[in-house]
Amino acid sequence: MTATPSVTAPRAAAQQQIAAVRVPAQSLRGELRAIKIVWQREMIRFTKDRLRIVTSLVQPFLFLFVLGTGLSRLASAGTHGVNLRTFVYPGVLCMAVMFIAVFSAASIVWDREFGFLREMMVAPVRRSSLVLGKCFGGATVAAFEGLILIALAGLVGVPYAPVLLLEMFGLELLLAFSITAFGVMAAARVRQMQSFMALTQMIIMPMFFVSGAMFPVSGLPTWLAILNRIDPLTYAVDPMRRAVFAHLHISNLARHVLDPGVTWFGWHVPGLLEAGMVAILGLVMLAIAIWQFARVE
Amino acid sequence: MSHPASPNGAALAAAPHAAVEVRGLAKRYGEIEAVRGIDFDVTQGEVFGFLGPNGAGKSTTISMLCTLVRPTGGRASVAGHDVVRERDAVRRNIGLVFQDTTLDGYLTAAQNMRLHAELYGVPREAIRPRMRQVMEMVGLWDRRDSQVNTFSGGMKRRLEIARGLMHSPRVLFLDEPTVGLDPQTRASIWTYIRQLKEAEEITIFLTTHYMDEAENCDRIAIIDKGQIVVLDTPARLKEAVGKDRVQIKTDDDQAAIAALRERFGLSAQIAEGAVTFGVSAGEQFVPRLFAELGLPIRSVSVSRPSLDDVFLLHTGSTIRDAEEHPAVNRQRMMARVMGGR
Repeated sequence: MTATPSVTAPRAAAQQQIAAVRVPAQSLRGELRAIKIVWQREMIRFTKDRLRIVTSLVQPFLFLFVLGTGLSRLASAGTHGVNLRTFVYPGVLCMAVMFIAVFSAASIVWDREFGFLREMMVAPVRRSSLVLGKCFGGATVAAFEGLILIALAGLVGVPYAPVLLLEMFGLELLLAFSITAFGVMAAARVRQMQSFMALTQMIIMPMFFVSGAMFPVSGLPTWLAILNRIDPLTYAVDPMRRAVFAHLHISNLARHVLDPGVTWFGWHVPGLLEAGMVAILGLVMLAIAIWQFARVE
Repeated sequence: MSHPASPNGAALAAAPHAAVEVRGLAKRYGEIEAVRGIDFDVTQGEVFGFLGPNGAGKSTTISMLCTLVRPTGGRASVAGHDVVRERDAVRRNIGLVFQDTTLDGYLTAAQNMRLHAELYGVPREAIRPRMRQVMEMVGLWDRRDSQVNTFSGGMKRRLEIARGLMHSPRVLFLDEPTVGLDPQTRASIWTYIRQLKEAEEITIFLTTHYMDEAENCDRIAIIDKGQIVVLDTPARLKEAVGKDRVQIKTDDDQAAIAALRERFGLSAQIAEGAVTFGVSAGEQFVPRLFAELGLPIRSVSVSRPSLDDVFLLHTGSTIRDAEEHPAVNRQRMMARVMGGR
């Protein structure tokens, strides 16, 4: 056993008695340190898990290049000269961020199953600090993966305009944070990974399909239009698409058909309001997540 | 136990409160009363053992003292702070080692230690020397950069003990620190616990259901069915039993029990599958037993009083039998399910 050789050594160490550390009372600085270390742990685990970095990019690649290419001939009549891959690019970007963010939040369920959550929950810090650290961690990971997809913009005919890159990254970060908050909120009460995955698939897949990530949101049948307008993801996909299309040189007709913008009873919802809605929704879910974690023993 | 005569030690000794103070503490899960109003004090610097079968209420009590479970009755204070009203103050002053591991297996040992230090607000400049000190104490300093998943069960437990000490807690709680470990590793864990007492100004509160391990404690409280049945030093508890324990195996246990009562005036009971009774000077008694019992005896064993006998004396069953009792097990399962959050 590994213990045997060390039994004599610690004796000596024990005699020297190093002064005990003193732990300060609760403070804002302490909370910030807690947020930072929880965030750092997510980073360490993410960088160690190279396989995850690669596998989480497979799905967006399939949608973008396989589906985008395969369906392009079918769709060519309706896209008015715009490549289908270009059209689905903003939606795929949102999808990738969404799935990665939910997966990051899922680690809370693992942490509970493997006991580590307990180590964090018994620490003399606020639960809100732990939840915030986790959300920042998930958002960072998702935004990083999104960066890889942003780097591919040129391959699908989207120009590398600095303003556009910033806009895309900002929207991505916002979406990643909100979706992580949603995931953490969902993870607060779920004890098993299978249940969490089933729960999130049940919510995330419909959200993705209804959001208009893969189709223009004008001229839809009423039932789908209604679903589309109440799907929060719609308000992340739309500003993303607007940002991308603003930098494309395409015909007015194509722009009108492919980037109609979201309307409420005929009123065009401004992109800034859409982004604001995503942010507010994210904050509300964050508050619920904090409240739930503060309650569990 | 000699504490180094430091000003720090003097200050602690002069402190007006006990390390742990419990009055009428109770916890009820619906119909089940896991802990039924217990009282005890733990003195500073003591190694205090909570001994009892699984399901007796040990883990529930420790969880209440660690602020993880809210009591449904009574009160308790740890390091001078109330466990309900001053939760964070209690948490800053205690170290915890649970039955199940709470390490992040994907991080290295040092990363786990640092994470703990940051969460507990250990001053930055103190982290590394302190980490080195506690990791050397458990013999893991050389393995600090290994991923925890590569550790054996014993190494993980030692790392958790070191981590629990990282922020210099006043009281260290160990919930079944040696459960699930092989005997050699169990022994080494006890070596570390004893060294720890020499090196730190610390009170240790632990639970165990191993009788032999309880002997390492300064004082023991025996808990059964949610109540403390007796509390004293191991030596005095054994003294109180006084008698040697004799166990015999026969073809007809009931007849043997009856014969023991009639011929020797001894009250025997079945424990661990053998007819068990206490008698003074057991060795001298055995020849008489063979001559006068009037029943064939297949085997006989005589043992000096142990904590097992203490437990038997106070609860009427051995700890092993108590654990096999189905009602108790069901209660334990329920407590686990409901308290395991």
